[in-house]
Order: sequence, then structure tokens, then C-alpha cells
Amino acid sequence: MDAIFVFEQLLNGLGYGLMLFLIAAGLTLVFGIMDTMNLAHGSLYMAGAYVAARVHEASGSFAGAVLAAVLVTVAVAAVLELLVVRHLYRRDHLVQVLATFGIILIADDAVKAIWGVAPLMASTPAALAGPVQLFEGLPYPAYRLLLIGAGLLVALGLYLLVNNTRVGMLVRAGASNRQMAEFMGVRVGAVFSFVFALGAGLAALAGALMAPISSVQVGMGEAILIPALVVIVIGGIGSVRGAFVAALLVGLVDTAGRAFLPPALRAVLPPSVAADLGPALAGIAMYVLMAAVLTLKPAGLFPARA
Amino acid sequence: MTNPASAVAHPSFATRFPGAVRRLPWLVLALLAVFPLLAPTLGLEYYVGFVRRVLIVAIAATSLNFILGYGGMAALGHAGFVGVGAYAVVALVEAGVSSAWLAWGGALAVAGVAAALIGMVSLRTRGVYFIMITLAFAQMLYYLAVSLRTYGGDDGYGLYTPLAMGAWLDGAHPDVFYWVVLAIAAGVFALFSRVAHSRYGHALRGIRDNETRMVALGYPVFRLKLAGFVAAGAVAGLAGGLLASHNAFVSPGVMHWTQSALLLVMVILGGLGRRWGAPLGVALWLTLEEVLKMHTDYWHWPLGVLLLLVVFHAPQGLAALLERRGGQGGAA
Repeated sequence: MDAIFVFEQLLNGLGYGLMLFLIAAGLTLVFGIMDTMNLAHGSLYMAGAYVAARVHEASGSFAGAVLAAVLVTVAVAAVLELLVVRHLYRRDHLVQVLATFGIILIADDAVKAIWGVAPLMASTPAALAGPVQLFEGLPYPAYRLLLIGAGLLVALGLYLLVNNTRVGMLVRAGASNRQMAEFMGVRVGAVFSFVFALGAGLAALAGALMAPISSVQVGMGEAILIPALVVIVIGGIGSVRGAFVAALLVGLVDTAGRAFLPPALRAVLPPSVAADLGPALAGIAMYVLMAAVLTLKPAGLFPARA
Repeated sequence: MTNPASAVAHPSFATRFPGAVRRLPWLVLALLAVFPLLAPTLGLEYYVGFVRRVLIVAIAATSLNFILGYGGMAALGHAGFVGVGAYAVVALVEAGVSSAWLAWGGALAVAGVAAALIGMVSLRTRGVYFIMITLAFAQMLYYLAVSLRTYGGDDGYGLYTPLAMGAWLDGAHPDVFYWVVLAIAAGVFALFSRVAHSRYGHALRGIRDNETRMVALGYPVFRLKLAGFVAAGAVAGLAGGLLASHNAFVSPGVMHWTQSALLLVMVILGGLGRRWGAPLGVALWLTLEEVLKMHTDYWHWPLGVLLLLVVFHAPQGLAALLERRGGQGGAA
């Protein structure tokens, strides 16, 4: 286990963490502002991945595919918000879980009906298919560098939007104290519609970017949803900054767990025990992180509400 | 869940025919008991197994309804305990146990211990954080099961020889396992029903409605909640043990988080915190699933639409239609 391998894993963790951040940002804003638990957020991620994979295959343009994925998903999300989610704001969390679970069932079947049951093969754009020689002895896939770059860029853009614009001010006001914001004349409903669409766009972007390096299949939304929820709970519900820090933490812990735990266990335990225990511990590393954070800081690292 | 208008507007079936409602459970029980005997003549043999599965899932859902509906504990990891029970049976069989009663008892005990450990940590949190932390623990159990290669790992574990229920039971009739499940389901149901209306049940409801006041009144709130959580976890584990026997197969899939969500969905669909909520929700959901599967490959979306309809038009769940107004305590 040399320094280059460790550095490579750090980059992988960073990339995964940034993609988690794209998904978690929308989830945490919706949760923070409207107190709405949207289990169907993963379905928007799935929609982005499918649209991007098919448009890329049909048109050959990766940039066009990503753009199409974001636009289509935002349109779908707008309809979803109008028809269902808008009516869930003031209901309790369990009802929101129930309704958005219903949306998951509908979304999964819709994807099956449109694109079939078999997983799609999403190809890496030709220009980025090869490795980049980062430094002596470390060729790193160019596409994964694009992921990291895009993730950082979007995170920066979101940071500026939330902290330096009028819209961002309204978003922060809604997140920190909804009732007070309403008294002060903020149309929280309109802000929320905007945030929901923004979150959908980010989830679709993550889906489109992840498509070439993960499997595009029905159920991928449910698989990514739980890490995203873990991220927003660790970060503090409603906090974009918290989601960013937590996403990187979870990305690094998860990747490091998968890369370093099995060999470390093999070094100290009998092989059969290590072979069983390694993957298990790697799989639960982020949940242990979450339990530890909640024990020390019950409202997450950066609670949005005082 | 505050939309009492729909429940109050019309006099319900229960208000008009109280006697029928009181006798209905016994009628249903009798029908269920004779069903395996009538099934061959009606050409419904296949459905004996289906009803058995409904009964097993109803056991798990009843335990969830108890802590969620009466205790206000929104656990999104209940399938984790079902899985612990199922894997306890696998572990016991692997260790050479062949008695069904030992295996199922083991499932109950191991899941109870797991629920005690998880409950002691989870019950220190509230609201959404409780939902998330129970989910996190269930996911940990899921990954543990995936990695247990001795018990099949990802591929699951087949229980090739059925467990022995005792000499006079095994040889008697092919449907003995069905009746055993029915008896256990009825027992579990009666037990939780009784407890929900005991002093303990009332204290639990008091905690659900106003925890601070119950603390002020001197109730040992944490211990009362933990007791309920452990009981529900143990019973879910028993359901898991029965499910292992039912399927003759166990895989980590039984404790995937979507299974926990489904249990919640079935309970809320049936009627949260209502005596008949859990079995009604389970029976309706699984029956619809079975019927829709026969007709189309796309059987999820009608269920999704049903969920949305329930959320917007019948937030009290199905059981509200069967119960007398102001009878069993309202939904949380």
C-alpha cells in the first residue's frame, strides 16, 4: 500500500463525495425549507442517468446529453411538485414518506416501461475515455477528473447562489425560520418551487455524470438515496455547507473503507474471518460515522436551525 | 394525519351495525382456519401458501403498528429485525438445530436482544433523526448479512429440510404449518391488542401525545418506550423466523430498506394505531400485488397510485371505515 494508491483512493473518494453532494444539496434544502421528506429524490437522479445515457447514445454528444438530462428532469420535477409534493408540505413526515414512496413505485415502473428492464450501458465520452498522467506513476481516468471538476464547480456556484444573491437570502431565511420568513413577506411557496426544481436539476446532473461509471438500472435511485440521507443528517438538516462537508466525509470514509479495510483486516485476522468481515465493515463505515456524529452532535455538524 | 373530516362526515358501517363488527373477527378467524380444507374443492390450493405469507407479514406489521401507532416511534428499520430472526434460524440450522420451536424461539430471542441494543441508542433521538438512525442500523444489519458468506452472503441460504414441529404435528396434515402460523398470528394479534388497552398501552399513548408531560408525571418514559421497542423487534424476528420456514430460503433482501418502508406503508395504509390496521393493510397490499402481477409486468405503479390516493383521500387508513367513531384511539 503505497502513497500513490492512497492518493488515488482519495481522489476516488472526493469524486464520489462531490456526486453525493449534488444529490444531497437538493434533498437538504427541500427538507430544511419545507420540512418535507422526499424519498423520491433518488428517482430524479435515476431519470437524469437514463435520459443522459439514451441521448448520448442517440446523438453522440455528451454535453448535449447532460443538458437534456437536466432539462427533462427539471420539467418532470415541476409537474411532480405541482401535482403531489406541493400538497405534502404541512403533513407529517410519515405521510410524506408514504406518498413519496408511492412516487418511487410509479417512477420505477415508468422507467421500465420506457427503457426496458435490462440495465443500460452508458459510454464514457470518447475524448475523456483515456487516463491522464497526473504525475509519475499515477495515471488517473480523465473522466473521473471531470467529475471532480464539475462537482467542485457546482458546489462553488451553489455557495455563491445561496450566500451572495437575493434568491439565496430568501432560501436561507426560509430554512432558518420559515414562519418568521413568511411574516416578513417571503413567498416561501414560490421559493420552495424554485428550490425543488434546482434540487432536481442537481440530482439529474449527478445521475448524468455518474451514468458512465455506475450501472444505469431501475432501483439505482433507491440505492443512492440512503447515502444522500446519511449525508444530510450528518451535515445538519437544511444546511448546504453541512451537506458539502458531510458529503466529502462520507465519500472519503466509504471509499477508504472499501479500499483499506479488507487488506488491513487480512493482515491481522485469519483469512476466512477477514474475508467475511472486510466487506461488512466497509459497507457500514458511513453508518458508523453517522451514529458517531449524532452521538456527539445530535442535530448534525452544521444545524441550519438554532 | 389530521384530517378527521372524512371520518366524521358519514356514519360508518361500524356505527350502524355494531354487532356485526364485534362478531366479524371470529368469522374471519373461522374462515381462515377452514380455508386449507376448502381450498382443494375450490381449486385454490395455491392460495393456501399465499394466505400463510400474508399472516406472517401481518405478524411483523402488527408489531410495527404497536410501536408506531401507539408509541409514536417511527422506525424505518423494522425489516432489519425480520432479517435478524430469519438469519437466527439459518444460524441455528447450520449449527444442527432441527426443531422448529427452538429455531423460531431463537429468532424471537436474538431479534429481541438486537432490538434492545439498537433501541438503547436510537430512542435517545426523536423525530426525523429517529427515522434515520433506525434506518442506519437496519442498513448495518443488511451489510452484515450480505458479507456472511457462511450463510450464503448475497446469494441467500436455502433451508432444504423443513424444520420439525414435533412428531404428532408433522405427520398429521400437509397444512399443519399453515395452522401453526395462523395460531401464532392470532396470538400475537390478541396480545398486542390487549397490551394496547392495558395500563402500559395507555402510558405509551400518553408518551406519543406528550412526552414532556409524561416525564413530568414521573413515568419512566425511556424504559417504557424501550420495552415496547424490544417487544416489537422480538415479534418481528419471530415473523422473520416463520418467513424463513415459509420460503425455505433466506436472503439479505428481506432486510433491505425498501422492505422496512413497505412495512410502514402497509401499516399506514391499513390504519395507524388502529386495532385492525396492520392485518388489513398487509392483506390488501399483498393481494393487490398478487392480482396485479398476474395481469401485468408493470404492477408497481397502480400500488403507487393507491398510496397517493390514500394519502390525499383516506389519511386515517382503511381500518377507520370499520371502527366505531371515537372508539380505538385516533391515528398519531
